[in-house]
Amino acid sequence: MIARMVARNLAHRPIRTFLSVLAVAVEVAMILLIVGLSEGLLQESVRRTKGIGADILIRPSTSSAAMSLSTADIPEQLVDKLLQTFPEVRLATGMTVNMGEGLQSISGVDWEKIQSMSGGIRYLEGGPPQGPFEAVVDEVYARHQKVKAGDTLRLLNHDFQVAGVVESGKMSRIFIPLATMQELMGWQGDLSQIFLKLHDSSKTSEVVEKIRAMLPSYPVFAMEDFLAHVTTDVRAMSSQFVNVIIGIAVIIGFIVVLLSMYTAVLERTREIGILKSIGASAGYIMGIVIRETLVICAGGILLGFALSFAGETMVEARFPLVTIVLFPAWMLWGAVIAVIGSVIGAFYPATRAARQDPIEALSYE
Amino acid sequence: MTADEQPIIDVKGLTKTYHMGGVDVHALRGVDLTARKGEFVAILGPSGSGKSTMFHIIGGLTPPSGGEVFIAGQNLSRMSDADRTALRRTTVGFVFQKFNLLPTLTAEENIQIARHIAGNKNSNDKEFEGLIRILGIEHRLHHKPYALSGGEQQRVAIARAIVNNPAILLADEPTGNLDTENSLAVLETLKHLNQETGQTILMITHNPEAASYCAHRIVKMRDGRIVEG
Repeated sequence: MIARMVARNLAHRPIRTFLSVLAVAVEVAMILLIVGLSEGLLQESVRRTKGIGADILIRPSTSSAAMSLSTADIPEQLVDKLLQTFPEVRLATGMTVNMGEGLQSISGVDWEKIQSMSGGIRYLEGGPPQGPFEAVVDEVYARHQKVKAGDTLRLLNHDFQVAGVVESGKMSRIFIPLATMQELMGWQGDLSQIFLKLHDSSKTSEVVEKIRAMLPSYPVFAMEDFLAHVTTDVRAMSSQFVNVIIGIAVIIGFIVVLLSMYTAVLERTREIGILKSIGASAGYIMGIVIRETLVICAGGILLGFALSFAGETMVEARFPLVTIVLFPAWMLWGAVIAVIGSVIGAFYPATRAARQDPIEALSYE
Repeated sequence: MTADEQPIIDVKGLTKTYHMGGVDVHALRGVDLTARKGEFVAILGPSGSGKSTMFHIIGGLTPPSGGEVFIAGQNLSRMSDADRTALRRTTVGFVFQKFNLLPTLTAEENIQIARHIAGNKNSNDKEFEGLIRILGIEHRLHHKPYALSGGEQQRVAIARAIVNNPAILLADEPTGNLDTENSLAVLETLKHLNQETGQTILMITHNPEAASYCAHRIVKMRDGRIVEG
């Protein structure tokens, strides 16, 4: 009986009900998309770093795990020295990194070594760069920027010919020859980072310790540890921003539900009086208001999920370089947050309804 | 006096004072009233005589300021809000001048909601069918209030008021919003209920003819006091 009454009450004011559902949906979608964006960018970055296939990473002396690189202070001759000093090292290669336009990093690489370290790179178009002003881009960048092999690309204020388009997942989306970037950036003889691949990956910790002893001023990481550091640091940095967005979303949901239910209670003052006159308790009246809120909330959560999936599709179609990951666990959290915010928002109107004086309520016109 | 002869409504020295804008308004100034089980009592009086206030107190909608009110043996003067809510759920049923049906529910749902609130989920459906047949609303059960005539709305309201078999039915100007034909039909329904089921009824009215048509006894009020009956 209450379910029927709740359904009729909500259907009685369809626009108000829809707007309330929409507010909760926006709240849920905001939470899921912001968390999904933050986590998506992080996971994509981790995936691409992992894609290099290295066991050990050496970073510039001034860098932290989470900070992007746009510096090069590692002497290039260290690459050969490491190869000669440590027989456990099978491959060593250096890389320079520069943040290009739109926070899209450009990597200066020794293309042959990168291919070899990562276990081979599949070309979708063209082939490896042959000259100093030839670039390789990944498929996502190529699709987004609508470039193909043979096209000209403006990078670091110079024209590069696109030599090839490769599958994504190998560090950067744009690669140019290492020597070219060093020259253009004034980093001759310097690197942003060094990747090492061992003959036997199980000896990674042991080799890391030895390199740290030899190069005390450079951060040296086992790749797994580095990625764990990055994940932790980035999550710590983004959590405050994410929390602010969640707070704003909750406040929006709270205020809309409060206003909506307050208006509904005010509008139904006489009906509340009628229910009280036939013996409805305060709990019964509150139960109706809270149930209405929960139905609005359920509708808002489902619509919020739909909006999130639609948002994910739209963002990734419009901005292919951006990755959004919608996690089931965060969908659950989003729903829980929406329910808590809405129920708190409905609490005052529900209490007001429950406390109505039946005689005053019955005389309400 | 046997249990059956005990008054079902026993009001002694009832007073009610409202504080409005720093002024005390004495709505009831010491009312004594009794009604036996199965009795149909009409209360007549002009506006402002205190009859609605007394109705609200007897129905547990508001507490008295002074005096004692016993309803079906329960001392209403000592009841909490929650106790008075329970009294409205189980012991009294209300019929209002403006019908007061819930507009989003059908006639049947308006009646069933009272059963639901009282927790009578397993009530006898034959009893329910008998009730709506007596009231002549069986063919209007699936209509919402706006699709019913005033007389039909009031009969639905009566059904809602008595569906839980309350000890007392309180009717506040039940014909006040009806034309002559529908007024007669509603009065006839109340009279029939009283005669056939022994339902105790306390009816407030302005209309002396309506009062004398169906009541066993007429009580007249003026200025917060009973002046006759």
